[in-house]
Amino acid sequence: MTDVTAARARPAIPLSVKLAMGFVALFVLFALFGHALTPHGFRDTSLFDRLKPPGTEGYPLGTDARGRDLLARLVTGAQITLVVAIVGTLIGAILGSLLGILAAARRGKTEAVIVAAIDVQASLPIIIVALFMLAMFDNSFTLFLLLVGLNGWEVYARLMRGATLQAKESGYVTAIRALGASPARIYLRHVLPNILNIALVQFTVNLPLTILLETALSFLGLGVQPPLTSLGQIMSEGRDRLMTAWWLTLLPGAIIFCLALSVSMIGDWLRDRLDPTLRSER
Amino acid sequence: MIGYILSRLIRAVATLLITVTLVFLFIRFSGDPAAALVPPDAPQEVIDQYARAMGLDQPIWVQYTGYVGGLLQGDFGFSIHTGLAVEEVFLARLPHTLELGLTALAMAIAIGIPVGAIAAIRRGSALDRFVMAFSVFAFAMPNFLFGLLMILIAALVFGTFLGGDSASVLWPALTLGLAAMGSFARFTRSSVLETINAPYMRAAEARGVPFRLRLIRHAAPNAAIPLVTLIGLSLGALVAGSVVTEQVFAWPGVGQLLVRSVATRDLAQVQFLVLVVAFTMVLANLLVDFLYLLIDPRIRAS
Repeated sequence: MTDVTAARARPAIPLSVKLAMGFVALFVLFALFGHALTPHGFRDTSLFDRLKPPGTEGYPLGTDARGRDLLARLVTGAQITLVVAIVGTLIGAILGSLLGILAAARRGKTEAVIVAAIDVQASLPIIIVALFMLAMFDNSFTLFLLLVGLNGWEVYARLMRGATLQAKESGYVTAIRALGASPARIYLRHVLPNILNIALVQFTVNLPLTILLETALSFLGLGVQPPLTSLGQIMSEGRDRLMTAWWLTLLPGAIIFCLALSVSMIGDWLRDRLDPTLRSER
Repeated sequence: MIGYILSRLIRAVATLLITVTLVFLFIRFSGDPAAALVPPDAPQEVIDQYARAMGLDQPIWVQYTGYVGGLLQGDFGFSIHTGLAVEEVFLARLPHTLELGLTALAMAIAIGIPVGAIAAIRRGSALDRFVMAFSVFAFAMPNFLFGLLMILIAALVFGTFLGGDSASVLWPALTLGLAAMGSFARFTRSSVLETINAPYMRAAEARGVPFRLRLIRHAAPNAAIPLVTLIGLSLGALVAGSVVTEQVFAWPGVGQLLVRSVATRDLAQVQFLVLVVAFTMVLANLLVDFLYLLIDPRIRAS
């Protein structure tokens, strides 16, 4: 009996998840300290070293059409992709969760407006909204970050609204209300910690989607703009030389794929641990 | 049931109206449309003249009712890029996108659903593990990378270029449908697993109904219900994916038109395409809701 409870408390981490965690750790280290690996800056051009293949003296990962070191560009690209992924996913999670809780707490008109906003967002894929905004406003990094941040807010809002409505019916909320707590205190101090798991699970689902959205928009040339760079933007620049300089597209592409794969594998595993009712392997 | 249909219809119309209003407000307040039409050094009188001609001196609600009225009468504006009516430009490209999108959806359904069902029936086998791994792979694979990989392989191995309107639709469709295929397989697997362990299945087994018949008669209809929703929901992912896929394969469809219009800031074209996407999605969601009525007696009863 004790064996069973011990096993449930701390299940072994599967090898695939360990590998995924290893890759994510490596990626973060690469983004943080990768510039130490190369003497070149990510914008330094060298006309004599154009389109060098990987393994060239001084350029372990080769250079692009303007003689820029691909390793240095990948490090900066990884930094930007990391920042956009984390900040973007956080924006959607916080905005969506707060709106969901607000809708359930206030009911009435507030709820009607928020539910209508959820319906509108659900009828428009986020990439279409982002393209619409980018057609009207000058592309800046802040605007891009906000647009990517909108990714999936409506899912948080819907989930958190449902969970808050359920919590409202439970005994502990009635008890705290009877003690005279203010609504802000009830929902942020007591309800939120109880339903935070739901948002956390959704966060792990959304994180790889945000990474893929950022890289896709940058790949289309409508995301991160030069002189900044991101993994998708490096691919976009190297696209036309796919046949002659494969490293410009395939290396950033492989990093994006492995990162999205690792993050979603860790997310699946976390979801199974945090929320047994949502088990993907039933 | 009439109430259910009515409430869905009202919600759909309200969603569309809000979308139209938001698009109008954003376009109207993102900049001066008159100033955008004239050369940058044009004198103020010329700008004012344009503004009067376009009705920009009217109160905002007059402009708004004019805008909505125009949309209802099929007056969607003209592309500044080509000078043609935006709906003509769109309709010329629509067949390409429909061909691509429908092929992708057909591939995703024809492969994803049977594969997921087999994985569930042979739960725990090597095949099951392979299907699960495939669905994770398909989810994490960016479609632009997959498309480029296929172009590269085709060029190196077969010496052909995949792309343009004369090329086969199969490769772009596989690129576009891959993610949906993976999610269909995964979802079918969990949906079938849920039904084959349900009490009515054990009851059927106790009555002596053979395994095959149990699957087809009892498990399949119940497992199919959530799949209808999933296919409806996958439409958004297909629309979003087609934007990138068409760009990779130089496929002359609506997605490519949208990216080009955004890059050249052809606002009339962009807003029309956004409204078309919203309309299609709302209509698809409505259809899914009504399809539910047909296939799920539980909703009809309530």
